[in-house]
Amino acid sequence: MNRFFGFVKKEFQHIFRDVRTLVILFGLPMVMIILFGFVVTTEIRDVEVGIWDRSMDQASISATQKIFASGYFIPAGYLQHEEEIGELFRSGRAKVVVVFEEGFERHLQRENRAAIQLITDASDANSAQLSLTYLQGVLMTYFQSMNQEIEMPWSVNMKSRMFYNEELKGVYMFVPGLMALILMLISALMTSVTITREKEFGTMELLLASPLKPREIILGKVTPYVLLSFVNAMTIVLMGFLVFGVPVVGSLWLLMLECILYITLALSIGVLISTNAKTQQMAMFISMVGLMLPTILLSGFIFPIDNMPKVLQWFSTLMPARWFIVVIKNIMLKGTGFAFIWKETLILLGMTLFFILASVKRFKIRLN
Amino acid sequence: MVDHEHIIEVKEMVKKFGSFRANDRLTFYVEKGEIFGFLGANGAGKTTAIRILCGLSYPTSGEIMVAGHDVYREREKIKRKIGYMSQKFSLYEDLTVSENIRLYAGIYGLGRNQIASREEQLLERLALSHIRNRLIREIPLGWKQKLAFSVAIFHQPAIVFLDEPTGGVDPITRRQFWEMIHDATEEGITVFVTTHYMDEAEYCDRVSIMVDGRIDALDTPAALKQQFESKNMNEVFLKLARR
Amino acid sequence: MSLIIDHIDKSFDAVQALSRIDFEVQDGELFGLIGPDGAGKSTLFRIMASLLVPDAGRCIMHGYDVVDDYREVRKIIGYMPGRFSLYMDLSVEENLAFYARVFGTSVEENYDLISDVYEQIAPFKRRLAGKLSGGMKQKLALSCALIHRPRVLILDEPTTGVDAVSRREFWDMLKKIQGQGITIVVSTPYMDEAEMCDRVALIQKGRVLEISDPSIPRDGDDTQLFSLRSNRGVYAYLERVRSMEGCKHAWLFGDQLHVTPKSKDNAEKMKSVMDSWDDPSLQWKPILPSIEDRFMGLMEQESEEHSTNGERI
Repeated sequence: MNRFFGFVKKEFQHIFRDVRTLVILFGLPMVMIILFGFVVTTEIRDVEVGIWDRSMDQASISATQKIFASGYFIPAGYLQHEEEIGELFRSGRAKVVVVFEEGFERHLQRENRAAIQLITDASDANSAQLSLTYLQGVLMTYFQSMNQEIEMPWSVNMKSRMFYNEELKGVYMFVPGLMALILMLISALMTSVTITREKEFGTMELLLASPLKPREIILGKVTPYVLLSFVNAMTIVLMGFLVFGVPVVGSLWLLMLECILYITLALSIGVLISTNAKTQQMAMFISMVGLMLPTILLSGFIFPIDNMPKVLQWFSTLMPARWFIVVIKNIMLKGTGFAFIWKETLILLGMTLFFILASVKRFKIRLN
Repeated sequence: MVDHEHIIEVKEMVKKFGSFRANDRLTFYVEKGEIFGFLGANGAGKTTAIRILCGLSYPTSGEIMVAGHDVYREREKIKRKIGYMSQKFSLYEDLTVSENIRLYAGIYGLGRNQIASREEQLLERLALSHIRNRLIREIPLGWKQKLAFSVAIFHQPAIVFLDEPTGGVDPITRRQFWEMIHDATEEGITVFVTTHYMDEAEYCDRVSIMVDGRIDALDTPAALKQQFESKNMNEVFLKLARR
Repeated sequence: MSLIIDHIDKSFDAVQALSRIDFEVQDGELFGLIGPDGAGKSTLFRIMASLLVPDAGRCIMHGYDVVDDYREVRKIIGYMPGRFSLYMDLSVEENLAFYARVFGTSVEENYDLISDVYEQIAPFKRRLAGKLSGGMKQKLALSCALIHRPRVLILDEPTTGVDAVSRREFWDMLKKIQGQGITIVVSTPYMDEAEMCDRVALIQKGRVLEISDPSIPRDGDDTQLFSLRSNRGVYAYLERVRSMEGCKHAWLFGDQLHVTPKSKDNAEKMKSVMDSWDDPSLQWKPILPSIEDRFMGLMEQESEEHSTNGERI
């Protein structure tokens, strides 16, 4: 035990002496939260919408009313000619223009289909995309409620873009996602780098030539990062609450336990990476490209899983972050208990065991 | 006239790092065409001094002329007139022998025809023509070292600085290397060399020994041995450094 | 017997790093492995430290096989790798305390063993290891390798790149450690350090050329070795001597030339030619070969044997 504590103490000394490690460890999560919270907002509010209603019938008028009743959009004027669209965009008075085709209601009733054109000022691609999604959502809900038999003239993927809608505000959504991302990145990156650093500096050679067992070396290296990552997780939760008012509706204890499980999982992935990487640079590269990108893209953090092609959906089930996000969302936002997340927890537990076993097995007792 | 003979002239050179004096009022000269041994214990300040003489860092004070140029104002000119080789070589492991030669020749602005003919000469002299297209990492240490030296003097510099050039090589290669150094001086190149092998100090025309940032002894090996009543340079060195 | 190296072979891809290495080290012996970089010294030391597995042959450390019983081996050895392998961002005392704990002991417990070495760096004990000079780094590394009172100390090129004074001090310390009953196996590229060892193995290109006791002067070789001195400097004579008919080899050797004539008769003939060179300070006399002379002689022999393919370094 003395051996182990000696190791952990040494590891803390490394961490607290290296400014860069400290910055990544504590600065990065803060910066990311603030960035995501304020800049990459996934909410829209008071978007100016112009209406060019070429039929002015019952259906188009009530659809227009629905748009402005949704709370996201405000009217920017009613147009008469096509040329006015460009003018409106150029003057910056509108971001989106909705065009109802001539004889809108008639088409709906006779052919079960009618066309609405949504034109957007895509110079700000992000918010344009977002506005479109919201608009489609509003319109679709309306037409569906009006008449079940009417087929929608829009593409199938619309429904899934409801994702961003109504009851979930953007910040609420991104806190669990960001937590999953940051913990994965910090834990896996830090452990893989710290272990490969010993290889690169030749100190691993001495550790191997000592009576230390592989599991002692791994545990000694990883323990400090479990503690630090846990502090990190709690910082994110706290910041989410203080800065953005994201509550923890469910049990804080359960949340902590799940965090520890996920951190352990990420750390064991880090150890596994380190058994394959010879240099710190390589470890960093694998962690970034092999972990961070898939976590961002496939975990459902930014892009809804339902929208993905089947193959990617299947891949996303391999992402630990995907399950962790579900767990955290349930605990933090919905306040559900363990009964509702035992399945995800079990998956995370299984993954953890797998990576721990794999990394202990791959950890070499000799130089290669 | 005398000034022309002194290819390096150092007067009262001081280099401070904070309050630490890495070089403490060094004064010496190096004559054109001689082999000048620059010895000293680890941390005595040798590397600091060499970096200044090569125009890689500024001294804190003192007058220093290298190859007729001032180290404060004419560093670029100095760099053009010197060659440098360190223990860790300066060859690219993933380039071939020939590519390395051409690379360095290009850096020093040699013309295409000049490069081709001199490359041929060099490879012939080292008897390395048959491996010109092999990667550096594939050839033995001894060959690498000789090649690195040849590359360092490829542009016919006035002075070549050798920082522990023979570390770790076998005794025969080490001697062949010193024969190459002697050959270079016959072409008029001045050699400024550091080493931890004390027998190599004997091959130098004059030797300086640094202790704690100062030059404590400077003379021919024979005179130093007489002065310190020692039978070889190793004893001289031990006596000085332990004083 | 402390260490038995039994016909060890090791290759990396196509490169044969070690071939048929075979020697034994007695309890309490100071055994040196002498050879240039790339001779295979580090590979052999890593095998001894249980860090590499030989392709063939065995290495037995105090009765334990370094492959099968590596756990036991790791308890009884103190290993100092060729590269400085301590934590640069930890201080001197933190490094030492860490290695003590790794081996389940404490600095106090074995302080008497390292006191000689450690007292020289103790004034800097709060300094970060990365900021130490080369000589001090070596002393710290030695302290760390010794802190658990190993039975065998394995030191891979501890004096490489270290100045002559620090090297001398380092060897003095090794002698004292040997006096405590610890077996020491050490490698070095510096031939002059051979005389500090009880026995040395000369190693080149993965093969042991010879194992010898440096304190026993070697003569009675088929050829003899002569030294040539002159107040005018000997380099000027090098080519002249080499071009003489009876000369086998001539090499610079400090302030002398070391000359191996083809035979004893040739030595006489060479002497008479030199007398005609009109240099009264010229001294020509037979000498006993040093380890470095031996090494060079054996290298020449090897390359002559292999000169059929024409490649020579």
